[in-house]
Amino acid sequence: MLQVYDTEITSRLLLGTAGYPSPAVLSDAVRASQTQIVTVSLRRETAGGKAGGAFFELIRELGTKILPNTAGCHTAKEAVLTAKMAREVFRTNWIKLEVIGNHDTLQPDVFALVEAARILSNEGFEVFPYTTDDLVVAERLLEAGCRVLMPWCAPIGSAMGPQNLSALRSMRAHFPDVPLIVDAGIGRPSHAATVMELGFDAVLLNTAVAGAGDPALMASGFARAIEAGRQAFEAGVLEPRDMAVPSTPVIGKAVFS
Amino acid sequence: MVLQRRPGNGSNGCQMRPVLIKGAGVVGLVTAYELARRGIEVDVVEQAQHIGAGASWFAGGMLAPWCERESADEKVERVGAAAIEWWKAALPGKVAQEGTLVVAAARDTRELDRFATRTTGHRWLDAEEIAELEPDLAGRFARALYFPREAHLDPREALSSLGDTLMAMGVRFHFGQATDATVSHRFDWRIDCSGRARLPDDAALRGVRGEMLYLRTGDIQLSRPVRFLHPRHPLYVVPRRQGLFMVGATMIESETCGPIAARSLMELLNAAYALHPAFGEAEITETGTGVRPAYPDNLPRITRSGSTFCVNGLYRHGFLLSPALAHDVAECLLSPNHQSEFHDEA
Repeated sequence: MLQVYDTEITSRLLLGTAGYPSPAVLSDAVRASQTQIVTVSLRRETAGGKAGGAFFELIRELGTKILPNTAGCHTAKEAVLTAKMAREVFRTNWIKLEVIGNHDTLQPDVFALVEAARILSNEGFEVFPYTTDDLVVAERLLEAGCRVLMPWCAPIGSAMGPQNLSALRSMRAHFPDVPLIVDAGIGRPSHAATVMELGFDAVLLNTAVAGAGDPALMASGFARAIEAGRQAFEAGVLEPRDMAVPSTPVIGKAVFS
Repeated sequence: MVLQRRPGNGSNGCQMRPVLIKGAGVVGLVTAYELARRGIEVDVVEQAQHIGAGASWFAGGMLAPWCERESADEKVERVGAAAIEWWKAALPGKVAQEGTLVVAAARDTRELDRFATRTTGHRWLDAEEIAELEPDLAGRFARALYFPREAHLDPREALSSLGDTLMAMGVRFHFGQATDATVSHRFDWRIDCSGRARLPDDAALRGVRGEMLYLRTGDIQLSRPVRFLHPRHPLYVVPRRQGLFMVGATMIESETCGPIAARSLMELLNAAYALHPAFGEAEITETGTGVRPAYPDNLPRITRSGSTFCVNGLYRHGFLLSPALAHDVAECLLSPNHQSEFHDEA
């Protein structure tokens, strides 16, 4: 059981809704993943300021909690405005806050992120900030009112998997009581299992599922890997050793050395 | 589907009564053609003053079933392959079967590998082979995927000639008429091909906005559609006559028809410029927006209610799928036991 703000969830997989071959495939993937939270982009799925009503209706019909995001926003002001639109459209105080600092790498602009997080938290939003693995930024976000952090493990959509395991480890160690959700850069189930084994609380995926040959099957694979990674963390992972340790004693048997 | 009776036919095999088609976009026109050539009398009502006033007018006109398979259902590939032959037969000389070239920038070549694993009907080209096919792209790409069986047409020219052909076949057009109220008593069957106009009446239907633009330049020549893969902004460039290039197209979950967004324009132009710098010097002769109607699985449906058939949800595959749908509708009207692949019982 994981608690984010005042909501308890059992599935540790959060799923994005962009880029699927069709809404029907998206719906299959959501079912297969057993996710309880989907994210939806307000800007990417709209044009001319008018919301994509029919698509949003399909998202609502998925029956999960909806975490709207501010994907595509490049300034704090834009992100705050988009968050407010999202609150109207989806009637939720949740917002996945994304402020992009570089159009090419989609790195978060952490300065604008902290600024927007403070404004939105003060206005009663429950902010899920998409951030880097920088500890000082993480502290500033918590000071600004965030009670969940969503660090990347690699650039958005890159499918590269965890690029800096020691940074992720120290983040976990520094914030033992803050729900940490790895938000971007996961490419395959083994990546998700890796960060879950480190003790991260959940994983948010989009492209890795949407861009797979069979998104529903991949969603199911991820769900199992995330579950396996979590169980490994809770069970206590055996750390690597420098030499072989036989699982059955060798005393009394022939030894070749 | 199974129709219980032979329409308009009673028991004594009398002639089929006239059919009314609503909508003169690609679906309406192709359906009119399939009916007219079976000897059925057809009237077409269209709310605009000319044919192709909807999304069809802004289409790319690529007949690319193998490329589309990257994200589309297997049915699109199978049915689409036959569409190439249909268009060649219906509009002799208007269809170019030069294949499709798929390229990616050096840093995105993994997108090409991914595209290759999702599709069939292609072969790899090296830099020299690319230069042979498209001399103006020489030296720009080390590898490309080539889909030799694919074809393309100019949608505006195709719709106009199909309209002329239909008039010559005796099909009557009624422009500026949104409904068939004035003429409805004469028809036994109505076929609603009104596309986006059906959005308010069909809860399962949604609009997917597409934005495109036309560039004109004499500095570069292409003989076939080129798809430029990019992780975020894939784009295609389809050559037209007289130095025109259609550049498309965005896919946005929205039913808004308004002018192209600045961001979309930037992304399309940026990608076109990356494909070849000559596009940076081109004139922008037109930008356009179309709303493509789609069902949740992005596959088309034929629905029947009483004596009306609705053909809708062709998504981004209007030219590719309308021949098969039109054939299905025509067979549904004529053969009591026709099994339609697209009929939706719901």
